[in-house]
Amino acid sequence: MRLSKMSIMVISGSLERLQMAAMVASVGAVSGNKVMVFVSMNALPYFIKGHGAHAPIEGDFGKIMEGKNVPPFMELFEKAVELGNAKIYPCSMAMDVLSAKPGDLEPYLAEPLGLTKFLSDAAGSQAWTF
Amino acid sequence: MAQKKVIDARGTFCPGPLMELIANIKLVNVGDELEVLSTDQGSQSDIPEWVNKVGHQMVSTTEQNGVWHIVVRKAK
Repeated sequence: MRLSKMSIMVISGSLERLQMAAMVASVGAVSGNKVMVFVSMNALPYFIKGHGAHAPIEGDFGKIMEGKNVPPFMELFEKAVELGNAKIYPCSMAMDVLSAKPGDLEPYLAEPLGLTKFLSDAAGSQAWTF
Repeated sequence: MAQKKVIDARGTFCPGPLMELIANIKLVNVGDELEVLSTDQGSQSDIPEWVNKVGHQMVSTTEQNGVWHIVVRKAK
């Protein structure tokens, strides 16, 4: 099995982008890749406990998707961690802006990470942005 | 003796059937077979791709009345 490293930066709060990011993270992780997800900007609030997962849609596809039995993006992110050992890092800057503490986040998230460290760890990997 | 388990993932979309398979394959013994039922067209190519990549064995892939029956043997 060929192992590679995938770095996924998620900053959008829209349903379509969060869904695709979660699909890439989960399938990438369960396929034997080392997956690191960096969550910042409009994406981070979904990972705060009690926020809920109702994301605004961008277009027609999102509207259609809402009516289908598509695996929820938060469930896919969690499976990326549980089944594929992915690491989901909250951006420390976004944490500060939101005045959020590590204990406010979903328990499957890793410790907050700064952008400099993430970029250093992501060197040489596949890079995906959503 | 090897067992066979059916995973009914009909009605769920990508990557739901694959995730159901992965969650279940952790729970069975080496040599056991899992049959995934899926109405998601991508499953018939995605699941064999995953199986080959991680080192399990494909047993069969058939389609009956719009339902894919994908049988996988746990190999490790």
